[in-house]
Amino acid sequence: MAEGLETEVKTNPQGDVITTTEAPKKEQKESKAAKQRVVTPEHLFFEAPRTKTFITGSEAAKEAIRRANVDIAISYPITPQSETMQQVGYLYAEGYLKDYYRGEEEYGVMSAVAGASRSGVRALTATAGPGLMRGMEVITSWPGGRMPLLLMVMCRVINAPLAIQPDNVELSYLLNCGILVFHAENQQDFYDFPLKAYVIAEKCEVTLPAAVAVDGFFVTHARGWVELPPEDIKLPPRDCYHEAVPMMDNENPPARLSRDAPIQKSNFISYQMHASWQQEIWAAVDRARPWVKKYMGGLIEVVNPGADTMIVASGSAVSQSREAVRQASERGDRIGLVKIRSLRPWPTQELIEACRHAKRIIVPEFNCVGWLAKEVRSTLYGHTQAEIVSGPRVFGGMSMPTELILEYLYKTPNEARLTDKPLSI
Amino acid sequence: MSLETLKISPGFESYMPKEYVDLVERGPYGREVKVSEMGTFKEILEEHPMCAGCAMTLFIRTALIGLPAPEHTVILGTAGCGRLALSQASIPFIYGNYGDTNGVASGLKRGLGIRFPNQQKDVVVMAGDGGLSDIGFSCVMHSWFRKEKFTTVMLDNEVYGNTGGQESGMTNKGVVLKMAPHGKKFEKMDMIGLAKTAGVAYIARLAPTNPTRIANTIRKAVLIAREVGPTYVQAYTSCNIEYAIPTPKVMDDARAVEKDRYGFMEIISDEAKAYLERIEQEKKAKAVAGPKA
Ligand code: SF4
Repeated sequence: MAEGLETEVKTNPQGDVITTTEAPKKEQKESKAAKQRVVTPEHLFFEAPRTKTFITGSEAAKEAIRRANVDIAISYPITPQSETMQQVGYLYAEGYLKDYYRGEEEYGVMSAVAGASRSGVRALTATAGPGLMRGMEVITSWPGGRMPLLLMVMCRVINAPLAIQPDNVELSYLLNCGILVFHAENQQDFYDFPLKAYVIAEKCEVTLPAAVAVDGFFVTHARGWVELPPEDIKLPPRDCYHEAVPMMDNENPPARLSRDAPIQKSNFISYQMHASWQQEIWAAVDRARPWVKKYMGGLIEVVNPGADTMIVASGSAVSQSREAVRQASERGDRIGLVKIRSLRPWPTQELIEACRHAKRIIVPEFNCVGWLAKEVRSTLYGHTQAEIVSGPRVFGGMSMPTELILEYLYKTPNEARLTDKPLSI
Repeated sequence: MSLETLKISPGFESYMPKEYVDLVERGPYGREVKVSEMGTFKEILEEHPMCAGCAMTLFIRTALIGLPAPEHTVILGTAGCGRLALSQASIPFIYGNYGDTNGVASGLKRGLGIRFPNQQKDVVVMAGDGGLSDIGFSCVMHSWFRKEKFTTVMLDNEVYGNTGGQESGMTNKGVVLKMAPHGKKFEKMDMIGLAKTAGVAYIARLAPTNPTRIANTIRKAVLIAREVGPTYVQAYTSCNIEYAIPTPKVMDDARAVEKDRYGFMEIISDEAKAYLERIEQEKKAKAVAGPKA
């Protein structure tokens, strides 16, 4: 290239032209963030006027974080989560958060967000699929550390060979570590649940981390109608002085030990200490129930209660099931649907009540192992005479056609022919 | 935190354990403690389960004396012998997961900065060679690259003492240890060189032969981390069990290793040097002015 004649065009290894973007001018936009008013959770959730917008799930999550009064967000890219956390970065640039950075990888990020939560501030991170698995060792230690923080999970395939498609098998790993787990059905849930999760997680008798999961791409990258309250209101800040454990011992010295150290202090008492500590974590999960009822409208939602055939689903399988219920009603059949919002705490009693009269129960899922069907079966065992069908299931990134759910409604899993009526009717 | 919270509630004085009263009356909170005061309060409980004569215990006790503001300090540790003493010290301690210290410390330090904008909170990682150079390597390096403002102290006993004597990245080449039956195949990792490459503001290497030097080094490292950036102290803290050093010979070994390959060394950035000089001058000026009326 002749010097001075052309400007050098820099490219990355893929040959794409490298462009740099300037950081947004903080001063200009800060004022909007600074003008936000703190309101009660009740006002933000139930009273503030809402405007309907047509946005993606990632944008819905961003709008939640805008109003969540988050202090620090720590991010690491992974598809399909990245878009949300980069948008949270824009919020930081606009002054809505006090700190934000990209960590070294998910293990480091899950550790850092634990450190941030232990400092007493409101912390956020998000991940997907293999990233969740990479951070899993740390995630399982959050409840024991009694760290209220929010983890958003935009589900994706974890199995080899590599794929980036949605598949929520990863949630089965989250269910038994003592973290609260809420499964969002659509963009509206993905706006509402993160805010409510913070408030529930920070309740004194709860003091636990919370995960809000959503099926990647189907919700994160697709648009849906979301009702949003105004931008200029936000949640009250985290009040770490009203939680179950003090953040640090230097806030009540000269106590010698950090809150979890007694468990490590002596090998001779550790099993007693550890056992009771684990029981306490699960008791705290249980104590979240009334708050889930108050703020989320219950652990489950029931459509067509008392129907002979019930579909039990969570996440975007609920939307597919709603459509199946609608199409069945066009044929004159009344099919029930149980949407499970809260996977932890698990809606044991609610599910028993909702399925008591059922003759047939179908559990559609976006994963291979059928973790939801297992939960449903073990809950209903001895409480129902219904046939419980584990399926239909799709995985590896497949979408679930409504026809597939309808087939399960109108035939036994082994039957090839369609019948005219739901089997239980 | 106000130092008021250190006081014992009136009426409870006679019921408090002696060691608690000692901590309140003579402890390190709110004042600079000298090495000569060690033992006048229990900075580490006497029943810590580390091996008799372990050099690591001596180092930890002395290092705690060096903390400039223990009441505003949080120490992070990971699996290893060191945390057995650290978790029983009179300084708040976080024990996390394998190798997560510098990740947790990053979030903790930033969070404390948000929550206490007008109060300096010190964060110190104190973990073994395996915890920092092997399993926690990525978190350590990235905390340095990100210029996180906390101190990392490596308790380098050149072995996995707590799990029964396996080689670590910091073990010297050729040393025969469990999991290195033919001798370790590669050189001791150059964590000091890596710290230099990462632009760590203050780097020190020392053996536990001179208590005043330990305390001063830690004090410098913590002060510089407040203002300038990450600091790293690498301390030889022999494992008398796995290296078969008789308890009475532990200090002889420390002196010999110090002379041979672990001599005191400090690398300090210009910015850190200027900062230390500034606070030294401020201290002197304060002393000349005398106590406020
Ligand atoms: S095993 Fe080694 S490092 Fe650990 S306490 Fe014993 S002597 Fe110290």
